[in-house]
Amino acid sequence: MSKTVTIKVKVNGSEYERTVEPRLLLSDFIRHDLGLTGTHVGCEHGVCGACTILLDGKAVRSCLLFAVQANGHEIATVESLGSPEKMHPLQAAFQEKHALQCGFCTPGFLMTLLPFLDENANPSEDKIREALSGNLCRCTGYQNMVDAVKLAAEKMVAER
Amino acid sequence: MKPAPFDYYAPATLEEALETLAALGYGGKILAGGQSLVPAMNFRMAQPEALVDLNNLTELDYIKPAQDGGVLIGAMTRDSTLEHARLIAERAPMFCAALPHVGYPQIRNRGTVGGSVAHADPAGQIPLVVSALNARFRVHSKKGERWISADDFFITLFTTALEPEEILVEIAVPPLPAGGGWSYQQVSRQHGAAVIVGIGVVVALDKQGRCSEARLVYLGVGEKPELALEASKSLVGQKPVADVFEKAAAVALEKDLDPGSDIHSSTEYRRHLVSVLTRQALSEAFDRAKQKRG
Repeated sequence: MSKTVTIKVKVNGSEYERTVEPRLLLSDFIRHDLGLTGTHVGCEHGVCGACTILLDGKAVRSCLLFAVQANGHEIATVESLGSPEKMHPLQAAFQEKHALQCGFCTPGFLMTLLPFLDENANPSEDKIREALSGNLCRCTGYQNMVDAVKLAAEKMVAER
Repeated sequence: MKPAPFDYYAPATLEEALETLAALGYGGKILAGGQSLVPAMNFRMAQPEALVDLNNLTELDYIKPAQDGGVLIGAMTRDSTLEHARLIAERAPMFCAALPHVGYPQIRNRGTVGGSVAHADPAGQIPLVVSALNARFRVHSKKGERWISADDFFITLFTTALEPEEILVEIAVPPLPAGGGWSYQQVSRQHGAAVIVGIGVVVALDKQGRCSEARLVYLGVGEKPELALEASKSLVGQKPVADVFEKAAAVALEKDLDPGSDIHSSTEYRRHLVSVLTRQALSEAFDRAKQKRG
């Protein structure tokens, strides 16, 4: 075992201090060390996008980062969105448009789309498809997701 | 799917990073964006003894105008920063054409320009662009700094002129030549998938409307970005017309390039793509040059 490192990370607004092995992936740190199992792990080599989180506000693959690299940084996971009682407009749009079936890929899609919708209040369909390109879904065929993103954009503009 | 153990160093300055690398020798591996290295480590195809993480070196994250009219890019600049930078759109727009094809948005948020160059993936778009633009690379070690040209930098697949104790710190992109035009073209099976063939072209027209210089570089046809020297030379002094473009493509296939076959494509199909993309790229590049000449 290599030398462990103590890191401080802010996740969904709460500070955490943990001691980790350098080889611990950030995705495993979030799930196993912090118990935040909303972040899903699919391919573990950066292809499927299920593990997408926000690192300092940017959508990144948490399976391609080591937990030690998050030291001193801010993370947001899908748990930072809404609750079942009060869903985030993006989550509500996914439910309304039937943009998920098994739901395994959904956390990654949501975290990819959150900064995208912040930067693109009224995105074109081409832009939406490009934004979705880095995440895989094996159930929906993506069409309903495109519709959900359009609806979410409307909802989010209306809320501003 | 978990990486093998390694020692981790996160230097705060370039100087400290160079010291650490020098001490580690061949056991040390630089971690930049990690979008190629970490998958390789997860698969245990790569098992470095130690990682030297450059992500704290904000001093290497910049895009600056160069005095010669070109642009200087710090090695730790993220792909997504480059993709959306105004200075890049103005002075090195070929990046803006190629970057949307590099992986996916999440990959580009993390991946770095210097990391892609130093990784030298034979299918990498960034190595192609820096080669086509004839960029120069500033490299540091404890002993000092040296400059390496793109043609000397890429040796073969995943192999560059970098020594184990050296760090690529800056990419200097020269300005387009006067009366210059450019084009980037690529074919892949789907958005974000491996490039089958790509091409980056820089050309220039003289006052008589003849080609005064040309640089054609290809991706996916060899073990590194392949400069088609004979095809480039064949264009100089010629009028930019379809026959000339077709001849350049034929010269490239006859004298410069020897595309192989793999799971992505047969040799035959690659040769076909070289021909089509060469003509398309030259046509677009000379159109841009003409617009500039007015």
